[in-house]
Amino acid sequence: MEAFIKGIGIVSPQKTFNTHEFLTELKEYNTNSLRCVEPVYTEFLNPVLARRMGRTVKMGIAASSVCLKDSGVEMPDAIITGTALGCHEDTEKFLLAIIDNDEQFLTPTSFMQSTHNTVSSQIALQLKCMNYNFTYVHKGFSFESAVLDGLMTLEDSDAKNVLVGGHDEMTDRHFTITQRAGFWKQENVATMDIVNSKTPGSVSGEGAAFFMLSNEESDKNYAKLRAVKMIFNPGSEDEIENGITDLLYEKGLTTDDIDCVIYGISGDVRFDNSYYDIQKTLFNTNTAAYFKHLSGEYQTSSCFALWEAAMILKTQTIPKSILIGENKKKHIKNVLIYNNYMNTYHTVFLLSQC
Amino acid sequence: MNKKIYITGIGMISAIGDNVEQTLLAVAKGKSGIGELDNIITRHRNEIPIGEVKHTNEELIKMIGLHVDTIITRTTLLGMLAAKEAMVWAGIKDVNEYRTGIISATSVGGMSMTENYFKDFLDVEKSGGWLKYIETHDCGDSTEVIAKYLGIKDHISTISTACSSSANSIMLGARLIKNNIVDRVVVGGTDSLSKFTINGFMTLMILDKEQCKPFDAERKGLNLGEGAGFIVLESERAAEGKEILCELSGYGNSNDAYHQTASSPTGEGAYLAMQKAFKISGLKPEDIDYINAHGTGTEVNDMSEGTAIERIFGNKVPRISSTKAFTGHTLGACGGIEAVLSVLAIKYNMVYPSLNHINQMSELNFTPTKTLTTDKPINNVLSNSFGFGGNSSALIFSRH
Amino acid sequence: MEELMDKLKGEIILQLNLEGLKNEDIDSDATLFGEGLGLDSIDALELIVLLEKNYGIKISNPADGKKIFQSIRTMAEFINENKK
Repeated sequence: MEAFIKGIGIVSPQKTFNTHEFLTELKEYNTNSLRCVEPVYTEFLNPVLARRMGRTVKMGIAASSVCLKDSGVEMPDAIITGTALGCHEDTEKFLLAIIDNDEQFLTPTSFMQSTHNTVSSQIALQLKCMNYNFTYVHKGFSFESAVLDGLMTLEDSDAKNVLVGGHDEMTDRHFTITQRAGFWKQENVATMDIVNSKTPGSVSGEGAAFFMLSNEESDKNYAKLRAVKMIFNPGSEDEIENGITDLLYEKGLTTDDIDCVIYGISGDVRFDNSYYDIQKTLFNTNTAAYFKHLSGEYQTSSCFALWEAAMILKTQTIPKSILIGENKKKHIKNVLIYNNYMNTYHTVFLLSQC
Repeated sequence: MNKKIYITGIGMISAIGDNVEQTLLAVAKGKSGIGELDNIITRHRNEIPIGEVKHTNEELIKMIGLHVDTIITRTTLLGMLAAKEAMVWAGIKDVNEYRTGIISATSVGGMSMTENYFKDFLDVEKSGGWLKYIETHDCGDSTEVIAKYLGIKDHISTISTACSSSANSIMLGARLIKNNIVDRVVVGGTDSLSKFTINGFMTLMILDKEQCKPFDAERKGLNLGEGAGFIVLESERAAEGKEILCELSGYGNSNDAYHQTASSPTGEGAYLAMQKAFKISGLKPEDIDYINAHGTGTEVNDMSEGTAIERIFGNKVPRISSTKAFTGHTLGACGGIEAVLSVLAIKYNMVYPSLNHINQMSELNFTPTKTLTTDKPINNVLSNSFGFGGNSSALIFSRH
Repeated sequence: MEELMDKLKGEIILQLNLEGLKNEDIDSDATLFGEGLGLDSIDALELIVLLEKNYGIKISNPADGKKIFQSIRTMAEFINENKK
């Protein structure tokens, strides 16, 4: 199960939208909560439909439109999304209306928009796409589940082009609530200081990214996605280590073949050790990069890492802003992403040059 | 990809019973579980009948044998009971013997707790043990607690595509086995009632103020319900030597791409989903002995689904009924619950009555089965599930 | 009547989040659904709540909305007839 990445559309806290620039102009923040640089939506959304949409729906649709355009695909053979919290802004809106109005004078819009599959179904609605349509909602595995399904769909059906995306949004209320559960840093941190912040909590983030997975070769393809793996709540470092080495073995590779490893380092002193341990035991001499200082931490943040990996392979460059140490390789053939969300959801992606 | 998918275990809880045995008794008596709401405080209590599981959370906690103070949501509790029943039925003692996964589905996850504490969550002056419910809100949380309870670790995921969610988790489970990612997988869904859902459906004005009447000309809407339904899918290798209840022979998913909440008049999504399921199974419409319809009782669904069914089956529609007049519409759980009922239909050669049906719809030629019948062999069952966002799924169960 | 219609236009723009639209952009006699303003069945449900909340008029059958919500004028007439 492998696929080419044929096109990408991504909204993030960086200037990644509708451009083929690879972090040439860095947006630096000093905060504990990153929000997206949002596109001007009028170009991508019918205003009659847009008036009902929450932010994550708009971001998702804008990202998917760019991805479709980028890949030159008009009608995907499947639409698969991953989102941990779905349309959270609308969920909060409807919930508050229930509480504040004592269950009276409620209107349907925010309720129907709050459904987790709103983005995948709105894309289908806009494209009149009647094909396979799935939405995964499993915390730090949401996006990975969608990617796995995308790879399977290319394998077990006639599908040629599968639109796969991840999206999650942060709201002020949700930030307050999850801050109480100890998710985020108490203090503001500058973007380039996050990696060495060594305090509990991470910097929250959000985003939406869509990828066209395809089994058709083309010189325009970004990269080849060769595997995705999920390891749930590993009992020890060994379990993660074995997971990675098994995956490489299956693909006929060794750790030496990996030209760049992208780690999900979030600056959370409680969870970052797993990255440093894996680096030390498996990838001590390999080039290292990271991404969460740019995307922020959220359940589907690996969609940003996948974009980063695809861009590294396509452009054969690793911007300084994402490098840890030096780039030791001139020619980058294989990139591995190792991410974890809250040390429970450990995931690995393997990509190769086309 | 021609691998067979065996069903070796089933489990469910709903308004008509805490397990499969109680469900069968209720069905035999033609007894609906839809009535007054007891466990949620809402101003709509006396306005709408509901298919509620008649146990408080404390009682469910006791039934499972958890500590009384456990921080756990109703969605999880219902799921634990049904998934465990399915595992016991399948006789799985050593989970690690084969690669085992779980795919659950839910529409609201931990909402029934979030809605009670939301204002308190936001008030930093207040604190208490209830703060732990912050982390039980996500849909994935219920799946994880169920997975830990069953000892499953190899593959975990959760699907949420509104009312087709758990039909989709069953479909995914079969594909995971066929793609050699797991050897067996517990699949289905769970959803508890919440003020959020009740009020949401109130605003859409599609709740019947009386017992729902699927496929009746005078139908006025659906009744909500709650519950969980899970089945165990196994590969040929993993199921060797076991009692096989039946096979999952076909599945299909399509999108209606018509409207965010309403189905198209021609039932395009439903039609395509059924067509795909037939293609995978290799069966023809005339092979189907019983259709367990989505049949919510809303004006739009029954019209759209009925039209799609007639497009597939012509004037030879097999026996058909909606079991939602028994259980209520259990949203993210209905595909799982109706899968269990479909398996039982094959096991006992049984067609369930479509309760409350009196008036023939003029737009459709078929009439749903009105009494419990056991007179003919039931070898192949088609089960439909459709959700918001046009999500349409069909499953076919076949005798082994 | 004119005053009520103008008030209604403002309320509808707000309730349906019709960004960028002003009261004078809506013709009192133009159809609200389909061709005219392009509203749909969900908007009809929103308008039912608007009538209940702002004018104390309850519509229990959504199908009744079709006639009432033909245009701003028919809505205003309905309000005048049914206002408590």
